[in-house]
Amino acid sequence: MPGPDEITPEIFVHLVHLAELELDPEESEYLRRQLNGQLRAIREMTAIEVDPSTPITSHGVPYPPSARPSLREDIVIPCDNADDILGQAPETDSRYIVVPDIPHTDLG
Amino acid sequence: MTTALCDLPARELARRVRKGEARAGDILESALARIGAVEGRAPSPEAYLSQADDRTKVHAFITQTVDRARRQADEIDKRVRKGEDPGTLAGVPLAVKDIFCVRDTLSTAGSRILANFRAPYSATAVERLEAAGAVTIGKVNLDEFAFGSSSESSAFLPPPGNPWDPTRVPGGSSGGSAAAVAAGEAALSLGTDTAGSIRQPAAFCGVVGLKPTYGRVSRYGLIAFASSLDCPSIAARTVGDAALALQVIAGADSHDATAAAVPVPDYSERLEAGVAGLRIGLSPDYFRLRYPDPATGEVRDQSIEPDIEAAVRRAAETLAAAGAEIIEGVPMPNTRFGIPAYFVISRVEAASNLHRYDGIKYGYRHPGTVAEVSELYRRSRGRGFGVQPKLRILMGMYVSAEQYEQGYYQQALRVRTLIRRDFEAAFDPGGASRLDALLTPTTPTTAFEIGALYGDSVLMQYADLLTVPANHAGVPGLSIPGGLDHRGLPIGVQLLGPDFAEGALLRIGRALEALTAHEPWRATRPRVLEGLGA
Repeated sequence: MPGPDEITPEIFVHLVHLAELELDPEESEYLRRQLNGQLRAIREMTAIEVDPSTPITSHGVPYPPSARPSLREDIVIPCDNADDILGQAPETDSRYIVVPDIPHTDLG
Repeated sequence: MTTALCDLPARELARRVRKGEARAGDILESALARIGAVEGRAPSPEAYLSQADDRTKVHAFITQTVDRARRQADEIDKRVRKGEDPGTLAGVPLAVKDIFCVRDTLSTAGSRILANFRAPYSATAVERLEAAGAVTIGKVNLDEFAFGSSSESSAFLPPPGNPWDPTRVPGGSSGGSAAAVAAGEAALSLGTDTAGSIRQPAAFCGVVGLKPTYGRVSRYGLIAFASSLDCPSIAARTVGDAALALQVIAGADSHDATAAAVPVPDYSERLEAGVAGLRIGLSPDYFRLRYPDPATGEVRDQSIEPDIEAAVRRAAETLAAAGAEIIEGVPMPNTRFGIPAYFVISRVEAASNLHRYDGIKYGYRHPGTVAEVSELYRRSRGRGFGVQPKLRILMGMYVSAEQYEQGYYQQALRVRTLIRRDFEAAFDPGGASRLDALLTPTTPTTAFEIGALYGDSVLMQYADLLTVPANHAGVPGLSIPGGLDHRGLPIGVQLLGPDFAEGALLRIGRALEALTAHEPWRATRPRVLEGLGA
């Protein structure tokens, strides 16, 4: 079954938490309204009966064995521009990327 | 007006350079002069205050790589002087949609979160174009992360204007690509097409847009939006130029397992072979459209703009007169589910792809002090992403949530199968229609005004109504100019074909281009070119 017909403020807050986004109240209300508008459009598709035996399509074009590229050889290829890649990090200390505190989370 | 070097087709430019009749450096300077004349102020991620001049210019380029381009052009001219082969695209000015990585250039995806990202490598398609002699003159604007159909959602503003009427959008998300090519700022542009992102802007700007089969062109170095739908694509001014560019970028790539190991045919060989004996279909499902009423939001059947329907029917008559067999009434009943299914599939994939932007490894990082890592994520993503990525992340998470996923995501993937089956039936050599290609409108409307739809994410999405089915199905699509509407705005007609049948689409498109070459609308030029000398 699809979800509820509306993304309520409570569901929205949960989604925002999972998405790791900081939003202000005005933006939140706009986004929630837009999402609910999109859900109304999506209902066009969820409302139809589709034979459950219909296979899913994960990309349109089939990849028969003849069209699949062969696997690369499993060999080490040295990276010649590690400094360029590290240089993209907004905050570094020597050649380490600075990460804020990661608090302990009890998964138990 | 006389034709400037930068207005010549890529094929002719490369021919002249290869023969020593023109210098790559002179072609580049011609393109740069055109940019100087039509471009206007550069789009910027700073707070946007509109200026009176903004709606008279093109504003296509986020970054111009002039020094790099001059070095490339010098190198090509040296190779010609030494008698070496400078490549099939020698000296052709190329604009790259700013969602492709090009080594040592800013590669922003039109987003604040990547505004300072300098790519440490080049995309395969870019490498291949440059190896063939194309000269990259810059990176062009787009909807943020390619999320949109008007290029207005970019963090880099002013948004690009349509060269035919800069108060209107050039379409999107490859709006900068189509606008730059239409205005003669580049002869070719490398863009992408996830739901119509090359074909819709090509239609709006009166140029050719080619979305190859999924898997025909490597996605390596393309900043991902929806990985099962994204196709590197071409904007060009002629069908022959699109064929030339596809020839260069098509084919397997050890860096992308979805780049199919399917041989690449010679796309130019049969370009002039005509359409005699080809079966070309028309479907009522591409003329009677189901989309929301702009006033009420109610989804209902609506007719396509009469000028657009007339252009498609005129194209069919032209092809019929040249010997094609037109098959009417081809059923494509699942076309109407293309956008609703896309609202689900593309959002799930986009949400997954956008989780990598965390403010730590690269891109925008919230500059203030934070208590812990999650706060850094939230602040960096909250400030770095614009509205469209936020919407896509949130919807993607909702419709793929464990408790709803069967009803939304799994249902959408099954509906995608139904859309694919429509195409398989239409192109089945043993089926009722046995089509070589389907002829449709590219878009439900011509270019709309800047600001007319922006902010309504539902109506904006429906701009892709007629292009998105090909992305779901993976099949190739070609949009070519089909006339002008009563306001003088370009109309696009679309050809859709079976998997890897780009050659047939280009051949039909070229026939249509040649058969209409002397029609008066073909002589009309975009407004921004009025009054320019050579």
